[in-house]
Order: sequence, then structure tokens, then C-alpha cells
Amino acid sequence: MAEIQLKEVTKRYPDGFEAVKKFDLDVGDGEFMILVGPSGCGKSTALRMIAGLEDITEGELMIGGETVNDLAPKDRDIAMVFQNYALYPHMTVRENMGFALKLAKTDKAEIDRKVEEAAKILDLEQHLDRKPANLSGGQRQRVAMGRAIVRDPKAFLMDEPLSNLDAKLRVQMRASVARLQQQLGTTTVYVTHDQTEAMTLGDRVAVMRAGLLQQVATPKVLYDDPTNLFVAGFIGSPAMNFLPAQVEGDRIKLPFGDARLDGELRSKLQSVGDRDVIAGMRPEHFEDAAVAGEDHRDSLHFRTKIDVVESMGSELYAYFDVESQNVDSAELAELAQYAGLEDVPGGGGGEVSHVIARLDAASRATPGQEAELVLDTAKLKLFDLESGANLAHRG
Amino acid sequence: MEGQSAGRERVFWSIALLIVFVSALFPVFWIASLSLKDPATVGDGRLLPSKWSFENYSGIFDQDIFTAALRNSLGIALIATLIAVVLAAMAAYAIARLDFPGKRLILVAALAIAMFPPISIVGPLYELWRSVGLYDTWAGLIIPYMTFTLPLAIYTLSAFFREIPWELEQAAQVDGATPFQAFRKIIVPLAAPGVFTTAILVFIFAWNDFVFAISLTSTERAQTVPAAISAFPGASQFSQPTGSIAAAAVVVTIPIIIMVLIFQRRIVAGLTAGAVKG
Repeated sequence: MAEIQLKEVTKRYPDGFEAVKKFDLDVGDGEFMILVGPSGCGKSTALRMIAGLEDITEGELMIGGETVNDLAPKDRDIAMVFQNYALYPHMTVRENMGFALKLAKTDKAEIDRKVEEAAKILDLEQHLDRKPANLSGGQRQRVAMGRAIVRDPKAFLMDEPLSNLDAKLRVQMRASVARLQQQLGTTTVYVTHDQTEAMTLGDRVAVMRAGLLQQVATPKVLYDDPTNLFVAGFIGSPAMNFLPAQVEGDRIKLPFGDARLDGELRSKLQSVGDRDVIAGMRPEHFEDAAVAGEDHRDSLHFRTKIDVVESMGSELYAYFDVESQNVDSAELAELAQYAGLEDVPGGGGGEVSHVIARLDAASRATPGQEAELVLDTAKLKLFDLESGANLAHRG
Repeated sequence: MEGQSAGRERVFWSIALLIVFVSALFPVFWIASLSLKDPATVGDGRLLPSKWSFENYSGIFDQDIFTAALRNSLGIALIATLIAVVLAAMAAYAIARLDFPGKRLILVAALAIAMFPPISIVGPLYELWRSVGLYDTWAGLIIPYMTFTLPLAIYTLSAFFREIPWELEQAAQVDGATPFQAFRKIIVPLAAPGVFTTAILVFIFAWNDFVFAISLTSTERAQTVPAAISAFPGASQFSQPTGSIAAAAVVVTIPIIIMVLIFQRRIVAGLTAGAVKG
């Protein structure tokens, strides 16, 4: 077990492209750190630099207090779980899991003991003498993890280990990965593009974009207090809605109505002055006025025609349109691309914005009919139009 | 109704298969039959020998020509295969794994050389070999054999190597292996079947060559079986040594048939490797 520290780590390719830019991260001993971000953000490259499979162009990498920039992967005492498992097809499960120990010239009895132990933890005991080709996806994934566990390394590095599994299996394996890490207490760095995995698994989550670290914090802080537009739109599902707004004095003007700014928001914005901003509101900050009752103090009531209603049983997702000008922003375009929405009319900007609201299951909202909704304005996030920074960031 | 047309289809396919089967195997059967006929009855045109005799077989082993030719064929084909596979393995590893300038050029050049008709170069090669002293030697055959064994081996092996997931090497390195250990313990066992299959394919092509053999060899020093058979002396100047030729053909073909039967799955895999992903 050990801490991992990345100090201004940069990866620059011969053609000048920088996949990772001055990346600073401290992973505590025994911590489960998640690197999350859209494709191409540099998270896998960062992980491979920690593993030693990619050279570090600039910066320092320390594992357990030692600088390891120039150490080969085999000398770093780390174990890696690959996205498509990389199991040795010509070896049985037992041999796969024992390979590293055999290379380290551990004696046979010890190898057997460790392999049996790991197999017991992962429920692989009856598969020990089978070859990977005869195993299911979930079993192969467990073998890949078993191969990492037997080595009892300083750290686990996992590169999207669950993304090749089907949805149901993924949910199950998520829980067992979390349990395993807690049980073993080994420092783990886990890469994923799925923000749900990030939120549910990590002690802390580092959000990356285009090679730069956006924010690293606990899931709750990322959700409640995102540092910028990108983090706000990336974390949370369904994603946060973004609409243009104006701040005037102590009021905020949204496309569907005005509201009074109160408390913390107001004090943070006082220094900023009157300006155009991007307002972010999560689907869960809306409610059906009929259901909400009177206990929302900072709230904005408005009527709108509902387009589509998705009933999940436990809640309703209501889609409605809001007339607003184009909210132009590079971050929003990238978020739209990540969600696959850039070709959907109104999805990535335009004259009309689609807004998603999460309503209580008791709501009577019906597609094609008007409904009165309530927005909790205390939970609004306001972002600078140019930089995308959260204007009320608590830091 | 369905049963009827399915039955009709089966009859059609059975007949078609029978025709293909018979037309493919008939020459083989005929040669085998010829080889077992008593030399005097060789020309009688009957399907089955009227008089069975192994005289043709004992006859070809009497002279040195055939045994020498067998020795030459075996030696030359084996050496050509060995050199081709070793060189091609190195080339194929680089081609499958790396992206280097000139990669496409190498592949295209290899293909172009293999496609060049041998008959058009045997003339100049004959002259060249005579002046250099390689005429009628093992090396004199092995070198031209490289023109078709090497490209074939490179293409087959790179198709096989491409199927090996390279993450295995990285996984091995993270597990504690040096690059050489990773190569030896992980890549080699995975590549071995591909290498073996390529060797079989290359051997068959080298063994069967006729054009180079007949043009560049003349005595039992280096003459391979295909060429030697064509030079069998008959009982007299005017009679064809049909029986001996047939016997020799059988002796030479049977090992290949056995090898192909045993390794047929591997051979098909080798010819179709890389055709479909995964």
C-alpha cells in the first residue's frame, strides 16, 4: 500500500500533441481514486504513465514516497486490470493468476496458497483449471482482478474494467469491486468514462477534460459545488440543464421567469455585478407545483407545456421546451458531444432549449398539456459566460 | 411440400458432390492403379490392374535416381522452409506490431515478387547460375525458392501475428516480466501454432515446385523428385516408363496427403487467418 503523487505530470507526443497537461494529483494510502472524463481526455494515458507503460515527458511521479519516473513496470510493484482483461489464453486460470508470482520466483506452495486465497475471495474456485476461452465475461473479469490481487501490490490500477460487461452485470460487479477494495484496503486508481461508476465507487473523483484536471473532490462535493460548467454538466444523470440568464441586482432573470437571489448566492454575486450568465439547474431541482406543497421558499413558479413524460415508476422525467437564445460555449458543445446529442435539434444549442425535470411519481403531468412547475432557485448554479467558472464556487 | 423439395435438394447436392469427388480423385486413383500394374500390362487401358505387382515400386528404388531425388527434395524443401519461416517471422512481427516508413512498400514488393511468373526468369537464372557455379546445387534451388516461400510466409505469419492481442505483452510486463520474458513466455506459445501452420504451407509449395527444379538441376546432386520423375529412363529408348512414373508419383504424394489430412484444420486456418476479426 502506498500513496501515489503526480506532480505536474505531462505527456507530450513527438508531433506536439499533449495528452496530459501538468497533471497534479495526490492519491492517499488506501484511497479509491477515480479518474473520469469523456473519451480522449487523457485519463487512460495518465493511468498508463502511473503503470509505466507510457513515458512521462515532464513532471514527477512518486509511489510510496519514491520517484519512479524511470522504473520499468515490473519494478513499480503495481498491478493493472485492463479493459479487455488481457488474460493469457494459453494458460489456465490458476496459471494466469500465478504467473506474476512465478516470475518473482516464489516457491510453489506459496503460489498455490495465494492463488487459492484470491480464488476464494472472488468465487473462482471451481474455475481454476479452466482456460479463459471457456469462461463468461464476468468470470474473466474476476480472473483479471484475481491476477492483480495475488500480487498484493502497492496499488491497483484499473482501466475501465467494467465497460465490457452488460449493464446488469456491471451493476453487480461495481458493488463487488467496491467491497473488494474496502476489504483489501489497497490504494486504487480507477479509470472510467461512466460518471455513475465514478460517483458510486470513488472516495474521491478527479474529473478530466482535454488533458487538464478540472476538479478533484468527493462525489458529493462534485455534485453540490462543481468548479465549472464542464464538471456540473458531466456529473449527475440526467445531466444538468443550462439556460442563459441575467443577473440584475438581487434578481435573476431566467427564460421562464424571474426570481430573487437569496443568501449565499446573492452574497457571492454581489461582487460580480449585473451581467449575463449561464444558469444551471438539475432535473431534481424542479417539482410539480401541485405535488410540491408550500415548503419551497426560494422558488420560481412557472407554467409550461410538457412535451414528453418518461415514467420510471419511482419518478417521472418531464421534458419541456424553453425559448431562449443560443447558449454558446465550448464546454457545452463538448458535453453535448459526449452525450451524443450534437445532432439532436436543440440538444446542443439553438433557438429552443430542451429542459428535463424530475418530478415526483405522484405528479399528473401529461404530454401535450400545460403544467405548473416549481424550481428551487437556491440550488441554482451560475456560471461565467466566457470561462464557464462557477460564480458561487465555495472552493 | 417442404419435405419434397428438401429431399430433391439433397439428391441434387449428393449428385453434385459425387461428380466433384470422382473427377478430383479419379486421376489419383488412376495413377495408383497404374503403379500397381505389372509392367507388361501398363498400357492395357483397364481401370483395375489385371495383374497386380509391386515391380514398379521396387524398380524405382533400385536405381539411385529416385532415392537421391527424395533426399534432395526433402533437404531443399526443409531448408527453404526453415529460412523462409525464420526470416518471415521477424518481418511479420514488425509488420503486425509497428508502423514504420516503407512498411507498405515491403508488403507490396513481396507480393509483386511472388506473383512474377517463374518461367520468365528461369532462362536468365540458368545462365547466371552456370557462371556463378550454383547450377545443380542445393543452394541454387533454395535461393530462387525464397521468391515465393518468403512472401507467402510473410503474409501468412503477419495475419497470425495480428490476431495476438498486444496487451498481453503489457500485462506480462506489469506482472513483472522483462520484455524478453514476455516474448518468450507469452508471445511465442501464442505464435507457435501460426508458425507451424505457415511452415507446413511453405513446405508444400517448396516440395511441389517443378519449373525451377527442372531448369536449375540436372544430376542426382540436386535434382528434386518432380524433376527426377520427368527424367526417368524407360525400358528402352522408345518406351515410356509409365509404371515407374506412376509409382514415384504415389510415393511422393502419399506423405503430402497424410500430412494434409492430419493438419487440414491448421492449413485452412492458415489460409484464412485474419479474414474475419476475432
